[in-house]
Amino acid sequence: MSTVSIVPRLWEKPPLIKPAWVRWALGIGAVVYLALALGTTDVNWPRVWEGLPRGARFFAAFFPPDFTGHRDDIVNGILESLWMTVVSTVIGIAISIPVGIGAAKNTAPRPVYYFCRGILAVSRSFQEIILAIFFVKLFGFGPFAGVVTLSFATIGFYGKLLAEDIEDMDFSQAEAVRSTGAGWLQWINYGIQPQVMPRMIGLGLYRFDINFRESAVIGIVGAGGIGATLDTAFARYEFPSAAAILLVIVGIVMALEYSSGYIRRWVQ
Amino acid sequence: MAVALRYGRKVWHRRERGAQFAIWLAWLAAAAIFIYCWQLISDKTIWAFVTDAPTQAADLAVRMIPPDWGFIAKLGRPLWDTINIATLGTAIGIAVAVPVAYCAARNTTPSVALVRPVALFIIVSSRSINSLIWALMLVTILGPGVFAGILAIGLRSIGFCAKLLYEAIEEIDESQVEAVRATGASGAQVAAYGIVPQVLPAFAGISVFRWDINIRESTVLGLVGAGGIGLPLNSAITTLAWTKVSLILLIIIATVVVSEWVSAKVRHTII
Repeated sequence: MSTVSIVPRLWEKPPLIKPAWVRWALGIGAVVYLALALGTTDVNWPRVWEGLPRGARFFAAFFPPDFTGHRDDIVNGILESLWMTVVSTVIGIAISIPVGIGAAKNTAPRPVYYFCRGILAVSRSFQEIILAIFFVKLFGFGPFAGVVTLSFATIGFYGKLLAEDIEDMDFSQAEAVRSTGAGWLQWINYGIQPQVMPRMIGLGLYRFDINFRESAVIGIVGAGGIGATLDTAFARYEFPSAAAILLVIVGIVMALEYSSGYIRRWVQ
Repeated sequence: MAVALRYGRKVWHRRERGAQFAIWLAWLAAAAIFIYCWQLISDKTIWAFVTDAPTQAADLAVRMIPPDWGFIAKLGRPLWDTINIATLGTAIGIAVAVPVAYCAARNTTPSVALVRPVALFIIVSSRSINSLIWALMLVTILGPGVFAGILAIGLRSIGFCAKLLYEAIEEIDESQVEAVRATGASGAQVAAYGIVPQVLPAFAGISVFRWDINIRESTVLGLVGAGGIGLPLNSAITTLAWTKVSLILLIIIATVVVSEWVSAKVRHTII
């Protein structure tokens, strides 16, 4: 008679990163970086401590939000922001379609590809504020500089995502259209456009939302919209008005988010 | 398939006539709205300044070239600060975003009626206020410096990360969670073995993506005094030292391109 010994075994979760040395190197690297970064970040704790009650007073000054005191300014600013958003989203997307097609590896020859990728890289590198400073210098104060800024920023965002979407699509459909003898424009219109359209509509709505939010800050450097009103409210220490403006922005962004979900479902 | 009869021949069309007409109407409405908005913008624009722009641009270009390369030695520290603001800010943002996302996802939230709306409100208000406005307020409270920048980036990142993360949690495969629960696992064990492995790739992708965005955002925080490379940029612009401005802009482009490359590489390895 033989005995079968049952050794209790414990299951262990397999590690996320297989090679042990990579795990250790990443961990030690993270710790060293954190030590360096925190060591060189000089935080003036007494100043922070002193600032906390000031911060409490600051936020207390926001309440109650004053919607009526500068009603006309707020309404005008918000409307101007909305116009800027509409115009710049349309112009930006219109320009980014050819740029995006040019920046996709499977639709453009090499020189065009590098040129269009260059446009996208420059447009994506700069934050809207930096662009706005320069466009205000070139085109003068007012919403026109804001429209140019937002359109330019839209090209980088939308063009890059469009190019990636075209590169990821099912190429056999496009090939089938081409094999019927379709010209280049027909090929784009019937072979590629239907495949990328649903996602692109969603992204267009998302960019509309981003452009509206950005239009709230580029006004600080003089490019029109609600940002100018907000900046003036801060500069004049009229915090209740500033709170009202911020709440209006949050409200509109929320409304845009709900309607974008609705439109997306309707399109699909 | 829509086929129309024209001169006795069958012609293929992509859509039925009604659908085609509806789409045409939608385009007409969109064009009308666009032209109306453009008209309003145009009324507020001083066109003399706009037509003058090419001269201005040429003038600016002459003043910006060549970049003042000698200034580069003084930019090391601000650049390091910028990268720290982005990295530490992203870390704070993610740390707060995880519990918020857990509360906001329909299938994991403790209470749909009470907790979920609060989490959604946190997400929306963090997303709709730009990091520059957060920085503007934090500089008044905490004083100028890197710390205000880190917090501003962190506060702005919460909404973005939490929104994408809760959408990922809502899209998980429920049967795996059920299988783990069927073994008698506790709530925490279900989360650790049923949910976390499914959202981990999305989580890593979101973090790296946001870090990449934050590098770009943290280049301007200096304009309101929150540290980083925006500080020398602001002082160079206000003192009209355009050769320094062009150097800083070149450095920003280089940093952003490198960070984008890193983030694409990391995402490619994970997913």
